[in-house]
Amino acid sequence: MGDAALAKSLLLALPLAFLAARALPARVPWIARALLGAAAGWAVAFVVALVVPPGQMAYLVSFAIVGSIYAVLALGLNVQWGYTGLFNIGIAAFFAIGAFTSALVTTSMPTGAAAAFSQQAFGLGAPFLAGVVAAGVAAGVLALLVGGPTLRLREDYLAIATIGIAELVRLVFQNERWLANGPQPLRGIPQPLACLVRDPGCGWLPPPLAALFDPLAPRDYPYVYLAIATLFVIVVYLVLERAIRSPWGRVLRAVREDEAAAAMAGKDVARVRLQAFVVGAVIMGLGGALYAHYMIAIDYTHFDALYATFLVWVMLMLGGSGNNRGAILGAFALWGVWTGAAFLVDLARPVLAAISSDLPARGPYLRLLFIALLMLFILLYRPKGLIGEERFVSRDSQGRDG
Amino acid sequence: MERMTPKHVDDPTGIPADAPRPALLRVEGLTKSFGGLQAVNHCSFDVRAGSITALIGPNGAGKTTVFSLISGFLRPDRGRVVLDGEDLTGLLPHQVFRRGLCRTFQIPREHGSMTVLENLMLVPPDQLGERFWNPLLRPRAVRAQERAIREKALEVLDLLTLSHLRDEYAANLSGGQKKLLELARTLMADPRIVLLDEPAAGVNPSLMARIREKIVQLNAERGITFLLIEHDIPLVMGLCDPVIVLNQGTKLAEGPPAIVRGDPRVLEAYLGGQHGAVDG
Ligand SMILES: Nc1ncnc2c1ncn2[C@@H]1O[C@H](COP(=O)(O)OP(=O)(O)O)[C@@H](O)[C@H]1O
Ligand SMILES: [Mg+2]
Repeated sequence: MGDAALAKSLLLALPLAFLAARALPARVPWIARALLGAAAGWAVAFVVALVVPPGQMAYLVSFAIVGSIYAVLALGLNVQWGYTGLFNIGIAAFFAIGAFTSALVTTSMPTGAAAAFSQQAFGLGAPFLAGVVAAGVAAGVLALLVGGPTLRLREDYLAIATIGIAELVRLVFQNERWLANGPQPLRGIPQPLACLVRDPGCGWLPPPLAALFDPLAPRDYPYVYLAIATLFVIVVYLVLERAIRSPWGRVLRAVREDEAAAAMAGKDVARVRLQAFVVGAVIMGLGGALYAHYMIAIDYTHFDALYATFLVWVMLMLGGSGNNRGAILGAFALWGVWTGAAFLVDLARPVLAAISSDLPARGPYLRLLFIALLMLFILLYRPKGLIGEERFVSRDSQGRDG
Repeated sequence: MERMTPKHVDDPTGIPADAPRPALLRVEGLTKSFGGLQAVNHCSFDVRAGSITALIGPNGAGKTTVFSLISGFLRPDRGRVVLDGEDLTGLLPHQVFRRGLCRTFQIPREHGSMTVLENLMLVPPDQLGERFWNPLLRPRAVRAQERAIREKALEVLDLLTLSHLRDEYAANLSGGQKKLLELARTLMADPRIVLLDEPAAGVNPSLMARIREKIVQLNAERGITFLLIEHDIPLVMGLCDPVIVLNQGTKLAEGPPAIVRGDPRVLEAYLGGQHGAVDG
C-alpha cells in the first residue's frame, strides 16, 4: 500500500511541483525554485496519495484529467478570442479532428473478425506522440481552410463558418463508416505509457526506476494519464506565455483592440488573425488527442456543441478572457461546477419528484439552466472573469525601470 | 528596418539646395464616391520631398478621405497614388506603411486596453518577436530588441510629455492626450512621410507649440516630409508651405500661405462652407 502511494505520488507530483515552483518569488534562483517546488509538490502528493481514500482519489484523478483536457481547449480559445478577438463557436470541429486524427494514426487496422465490424480509413499503429503531432497538424490545416477565406471578412462570417464546420465535421464522422467507423465508436485507441502499470514494466526504463512503479496495477492507469495530461497543460501554458508576453502577443492584442490602428502600425491584420486562429486551433487539436487517448473509444456524439464548444466558452469567461492562468482556472472551476451541479440535481431528485413526476428525468436540463445563470452572473457582475487580463502583458513593458 | 529610414533627399543627387525638389508623394486624379456622394473628385496634388505641406478646406471637403485613399484604408474609384516613383494604389495599409508612409486618424484610434507604452512598442516594423517561434527559440535576441524598442518608446514619450502616462491604459487618456499618442506612434516608425489629420484639435496651446517645434525639428533634422490637415489657420500659415486648399473633393488652390490666404476663391469656399473665415 505504501509502495503504491509512493508510485502514485510520483505521478501526481508534476502539477503540484509546478504550482509550488511558480508560487515561489521570482528573485529565488530558478534552480532553487525547481528543487524546492519539486520537493514540496512531491511531499504534498505523497500525503494526498496516502490519506485520501481510493474511491475518492479515483474520482479526483478523473476529474483532474477532464479538467486538464478542458484547460487545453480553453487555452486554445484564449489565443483566438481572449487575445485576438476571434469569435470561434466551432471549437468542437478542431477538438474532433484532433481526436479522430490521433486515433487513426495510433490504432492499427482491424484484422480478422474485427475487420467485419470495425472500419477505418487507415490505422498506422504509430506511437502516441506521432498521434499528438498529427492531431495538431490536422486541426491547423482545418483552421487554414476555414480561416483563410473568412478571416478577411467581417467577424460574423467567422462565427457562421466555425459553427458550420463543427456541424459538418460531426456529421462526417457520424455518417462515413469507412473513415472512422461511422456511427459506431472507434475503439482500441492506445493508452500511452500503459506499460508503467503492467507486468512486465516498461523495457526502456532503467530497472530501479521501473521497480518504483511495480506496485501499480492496471486500474491505477489514470494516475499515469493524469501526469501526461497535466504535462500537456503545463507545456502549452509555458509556450503560450512566452509567445503572448512578446511582440507576437502584443500584435494580437493590438488587432483585437483596433484593427485599423494595427494596420496603420504596419501590421498585416489578415495574416495576424489567421496565425492566431491556426495556433488556437492546433492547441484545440492537441486537446482532442489528449481526449481520445483517455477515452480509448470515441464517436461523433462526444463532440457536440454543448460539451465541446459552449462549456469551453463559459470556462474562459469565468476564468478571465485574455489571461492564460484564467483559462486554466476557469476550466477546472467550471468543470467542478458542472459535475457538482449534476450531484446537486441528483440530491434534489425527491424534491423534484414531489413537484412533478416527470421533473427528475429532466434533471440534466436544470444543469444547463444553472450554467446559463452562472454565465449571466459573470457577464453582469464580473465581466472580466475571476482573473482578468493584466495591465502589463509584454514582458518588457513593465512599470519598473531597467 | 532598412526601408523605413528616410532617404536623404538633398545630398547625393547633386541638385542645388534651392532647386525645386521632386515630389515625394504624388496624387493623380483621385476619385472616390460613397454611394451617391462624391467625396473626392479628380483630386491631384504633389507633396515635395522635405516640405511641410498643409491640406486645408471646409468641413466635408474630403480631406480625411484623401488621407484614407493615400494610406490604403480606402480604395480609390479612380486615380493613382505614387510615393517616390512607386505606385501605391491598391496596396493595403500595412504595405503602404512599409514603404515609409504613416498616418494619424482625425478621431484617435488607440489600442484601449493596452498601456500607452505598449501602444508605442507595437509600432516598429520587423520585430523579431513578432514571429511565433522567436520568443521560444531566440529569447535573448528578442529581449535585446525589446529593450531597444522600449528605450525608443520612452524617448518618444518624453518628447511629447506623455511619460507620466506610460503605464496608463490608452483608453483612459483625454482627447488631447490621445492625439499626442497618435503622433507618438508615427515617431516610432521612422517614416519618410507623415500624414497628420488635425493634430492640434483638442490639444492645449502650450503643448501645441511643442508639437509644432517637434514637427519643424523632425523635418529639418531627419528630413521627414509632413502633410497635415489642420483647421488652426494661424498654425498652418506659420508652419506650412505650400498650402493646398480642397473644396468639394477637388483642389481649389495651392501656393505659399500668404498667397492662398488672399485668394478670393478660398475665402468664398470657406464663407460658403460652415467653417467661418480663413483667418478665423
Ligand atoms: N465612410 C464614409 N461613408 C460615407 N460617407 C463618407 C465616408 N467618409 C466620409 N464620407 C463623406 O465624405 C465627405 C468628405 O468627408 P471627409 O473626408 O471626412 O471630410 P473632411 O475630412 O474634409 O472634413 C463628407 O460629406 C462625409 O460625410
Ligand atoms: Mg476630416
